[in-house]
Parts: sequence; C-alpha cells; structure tokens
Amino acid sequence: MRPVRTAFAGALLGTLLLAGCGQGGTTTTASAPTTTAPASSPGAFPVTIEAGNGKVTITKKPERIVSLSATHTETLFAIGAGPQVIAVDEQSNYPPEAPKTDLSGFKPNVEAIVAQKPDLVIVSDDLDKVVAELGKVNVPVLLQPAATKLDEAYEEIAELGAATGNQAKADEVVAGMKAAIDELAAKAPKDKRLTYYHELDTTPYAATSKTFLGQIYGLFGLTNIADKAPDAAGGYPKLSAEFVAQADPDLIFLADVKCCRQSKDTLAERPGWQNLSAIKNDQVVQLDDDIASRWGPRVVDLAEAIGAAVSKAGTS
Amino acid sequence: MVTQAGPSRARPLWVACALGVLAVSMIAALLDGAADISPWQVVLQVVDWLPFTEVDSGLAPVEQGLLFELRLPRVLVAAVVGGLLAMAGAGYQGVFRNPLADPYLLGAAAGAGLAATAAIVLLPSVAGSIPVAAFLGAVGGVFLAYTLGNTAGRAGGTATLVLAGVAVTSFLTAIQTFVQQFKVEELQRIYSWILGDVGGGWDQLWLVLPYAAVSAVLLLLHGRMLDVLSVGDEEATSLGLRAARVRLMVLIAASLATAAAVAVSGLIGFVGIVVPHVVRRIAGGSYRIVLPLSLIGGAAFLVLADLVARTVIAPAELPIGVVTMFVGAPFFVAVLRMTRRAGT
Repeated sequence: MRPVRTAFAGALLGTLLLAGCGQGGTTTTASAPTTTAPASSPGAFPVTIEAGNGKVTITKKPERIVSLSATHTETLFAIGAGPQVIAVDEQSNYPPEAPKTDLSGFKPNVEAIVAQKPDLVIVSDDLDKVVAELGKVNVPVLLQPAATKLDEAYEEIAELGAATGNQAKADEVVAGMKAAIDELAAKAPKDKRLTYYHELDTTPYAATSKTFLGQIYGLFGLTNIADKAPDAAGGYPKLSAEFVAQADPDLIFLADVKCCRQSKDTLAERPGWQNLSAIKNDQVVQLDDDIASRWGPRVVDLAEAIGAAVSKAGTS
Repeated sequence: MVTQAGPSRARPLWVACALGVLAVSMIAALLDGAADISPWQVVLQVVDWLPFTEVDSGLAPVEQGLLFELRLPRVLVAAVVGGLLAMAGAGYQGVFRNPLADPYLLGAAAGAGLAATAAIVLLPSVAGSIPVAAFLGAVGGVFLAYTLGNTAGRAGGTATLVLAGVAVTSFLTAIQTFVQQFKVEELQRIYSWILGDVGGGWDQLWLVLPYAAVSAVLLLLHGRMLDVLSVGDEEATSLGLRAARVRLMVLIAASLATAAAVAVSGLIGFVGIVVPHVVRRIAGGSYRIVLPLSLIGGAAFLVLADLVARTVIAPAELPIGVVTMFVGAPFFVAVLRMTRRAGT
C-alpha cells in the first residue's frame, strides 16, 4: 500500500505545482504616458503642458529647475536649459557639468527638494506620491514617464523645451535626432536578417521588441530572439539561458557592462554559451549601460553603436 | 523506548520508493526545457554520454553543450539544494520541536541576504564573490542568533533561540535595505538573487557537494537521537542522552546545509517546511525516516519546481522561489490549521 500512497502523493504534489504555477506569470503592463505636443508659441509664458500628471501650467520661464531623472537631465542640457537647472538627482551623471546632488529620484525626499526652492521639478516616476506632495506646496511638477516609443521620446523633449522656454532649440534637437537615426537606419544592410539579444542583466534579463529599446533595434531590420517570450513577461523577460544558447543570436548587445562588468569573455565563461556564434565571430557589443537605458538625446549614440555592429556583421 | 518499530521496519521500502519518485522527477526535468529539443533526442544523447555506448542523437554541438552544461547540472543542483533545504527544515523542526521551524528561522537567510547584497554592491567584479559571501553570511547569521540566544536566556532554551533568530533577521534585513538605498541600480540583481536560481552550472554543483555530504551524514546520524529528544529533555537525559549537545550538533549540521544551499541558489522559500510535513504525514513522525525521506523528497520537489519555473512561460523563466512559495504559502496555512486543530 505504502508505495502506492507515496507515488500518489508525488503525483498530487506535481499536479498542484503545475496547476498553481500556470497562473503565476501575470504581470501588469506599464501604462503608456499620455502626452500631447504643447500648444503655445515658442518661448511664450504661461504655457500649459499635457504631462503624465495632467495639464501643468507654467506661468513664467523657470529659473530654478530640479531634475530627478537622469534622462531628463540630459535633455535639459541638450536643449539649452542647462543654466536654469540648479540641482539634479544622484543618478544624473551626464553631462558632467550637471549640478549633481544627493537628492534621490528613487526615494524622493520632498523636504529636500523644496529646500532647493525650485520653480519647476521634473520627474520620470511618481514615486512615493512626490507629485501630489509637491503640489501641496505649489511647486509645479512635470511627470514625463519612460518613453515606450521613439515618438514619445521626441514629444517629451519638445515639451521640456516649451516648459523651460527653449522650444526652438528643443525642436532643433528633435529634428537632428530624427535625421541622424533615419540616416543610420537607412545605411544598415537589412538583407541578412540578423538576430540579436539585448542583455540588461546577467540573470539574464532581456528586452523585447515591444520596449523602447526593441523599437530602435527594429529600425535596423534586426530580429529579437526575446520576442518568443510570452507577453506576461512584460517586455523585459528573464530568459532561459538554455533558450539563448539554442537561439544562438548573430549579435549580442550588452547593457550590463558598467554594472556587472560583462564582456565577450565573461559570456564565454557562462555554462553552455562558449560556442555561441556571436562570441566566436566577435559580434558581442559592449554598450554604455546609461545610454542604453535612457530615452533622451543620446539615443542617437545608441543607434550609432547598433548601426556599426550591424554593418560589421553584415560585411563579415 | 517509544513505539518506533513500524517506521524502522518499513524504512528501506520507503527510501526505495522515494528514490523512484526522485528518479522520475529528474528524468522529466532532463527531457523538457526552454530549448526546443525532442525528448527522444535527449534520451539518445544521455545514452551516448553513458560509458561504453555510442549513439547518434542528431543534436548539434551547441545543443549537446546546452544539455550537458546547462540542463543536466541545473537538474542536479536543484536536487542537491532541495534535499539540503528540506533536510535542514526537518532537523530544525526536530530541535525546536516546532512544526513551523524552517531553514531560515535562525537568521540564515537574513545573514546570507545581507552578505550577498554587500558582495553585489562592493565587489561587483570579483567572480564567485556572491556564493562565498552568502555562505559566510548564513553561517554568521545563525552564529549571531545562537550567541544572542544563549546570552539572553538559559543555555539550550529553544524559545529564546527562536526569538533571537527573529531579532537577528529583522536587524540584518534592515541593514540590507539600508545598503540597497545607496545602490539603487543594483536592486534588480539583488532581487533576482533573493528569489533564487539553480542555473549555475557544474561549478555550483562542485561547490555545494562537499558541504552537502558532510551535513547530510551528520543529520542522518542524529535521527535516532532526535526521536529520543522528542519525548522531552528530562526523559531523554534519563535515557543517557546529552540533550544540549545533540541539539547543538543538529543545529550546526542543519545550518551548514542551509548555508551551502543558499550559497549556490539564493533564497528559496518553503521547501524546508513543505517537504518534511508531507513526509511526516505519509511515513510517520520518526526522524529516522523523516530525515532521509526529506532529503530525497526535497530533491524531487525542487527538481519539479525548477522544471515548472523554466518551462511554464518558456523561453522566459519564473524565479524558482516564486514557484516554491506559490505552493508553499497555502500549504503553510494548511499546516497551521491542522496543528491548531490537533491542539499542539
């Protein structure tokens, strides 16, 4: 009797596992930001911006801007609003002249922000209800969430231009980005139908084509191996190492170079990966982690790195 | 002595049966995965690996490599880690005479979590720093709890020891969170580690095996003494058993098992509670049978949990800790209810 009972218990346990975990993979997808182009004429105040936190009216040209988002810090400096920026958060490491402080964009301290006497605060996430809290003390806040498409990134840059009185320069930056990215994409050889894998983390987490990053790779005619992951993984699936090995992508882009010191050599040391063609053919691209995670003007640099890799792979 | 005749006589049968379940789980886990390889080809390939056989599986070198370098060691690591955690859980439950004791009770998880976080933040470029740190952290956490428990209360008092474990866990977790605040960009890696992973390859297996062997032998040898302890300290002493010494030995062995498991796999919850309970309900409460069956059953459980983790949303993966907790949490509540009804 007993062996039968054990086998039964084992089977029951297995069924329980399978049944229970079939429902375990649901993840909510992030809502897309609702932004529209600013309506007012360049440089004229007051302006009303349709930001992630609704309509925000800025009555006069802001002179004390606090940015709690590394992406928006880059944008502000690129569009000529740099002199108006008085403080940026600890993650804003570019450009070097940005007035970096120990303000945290991850755990915003409203008192510390207010102490900077800002007339405009820019955030990319409404963490710890920072938008509402700053609203209580009448500090205007622009919530510009992470872009999910290139057009959204362009819109946010234009909106920051309008909000800071640098509309003309912002439009110029956007036009330059569009032209540069279009040119790079047009140059890339697309006949080879190359596959790629973009790694965010050694675990390994990847980005699918549904993400902002994936969209940029798509411009170069690349096929993303991570797209086979189900939607439930939310655009940034933790891939199976086994799957990556079998998919054997032509190109591997590493966005975990600074954080985790990854390179062609460390990839080759991972179990089962040493024979990957991207490693053998020297098609592992070490990206700058920061550039590969921000949706500001330096997206062009990312596109350049991708374009160069595609050209190299296309000719070899 | 207490009536232990039944379980001990049936012991070989039980062990054989459990080994059968484990073998089936491991074969199932070898046959399926995120890579699209037919089970038949896997079988041929495994036959090919066996000595004195040569079979053409038709698999490309990359696929052979991924089977041998990724899937096979992963199944083995899952088995060893699962066995260690379940056996450690059974050991702790015996020492504390509490059915809800688990391998992480005495601050092992918090110590390992803090040390691994520190390694991720401070030594990002040192290869292999995380398992070593996690191992030392787990041992350190238990040592701290044990020392505090002994200074705060009567030596050997298990209640004080558990409370010290709770205090140590809270304190170390607080430090870990504090450290994380300064390295926001590492949150993803820390989080991944905490949810567990058994995909480290052969290196992980070689790392964990010696500790696994030592702790398993130590724990299995103490099964009989834990049975005697379960009748109460005074009776045990009157039977010539040095209760405090047995407790300490089992604590050391179970903590070593926990630390070794944590070092290679991160924190995988609930295996240590779920498995010994299933075993106890099926095969009775004697530790001479609960310990070996927990070892084998835990191995089978984690092999299956990992199979689910890597196939249910393939080619994406669920963290294995999510799978074990998904089953473990409802089970934990069920155990609570049952033990309350029984009035223990």
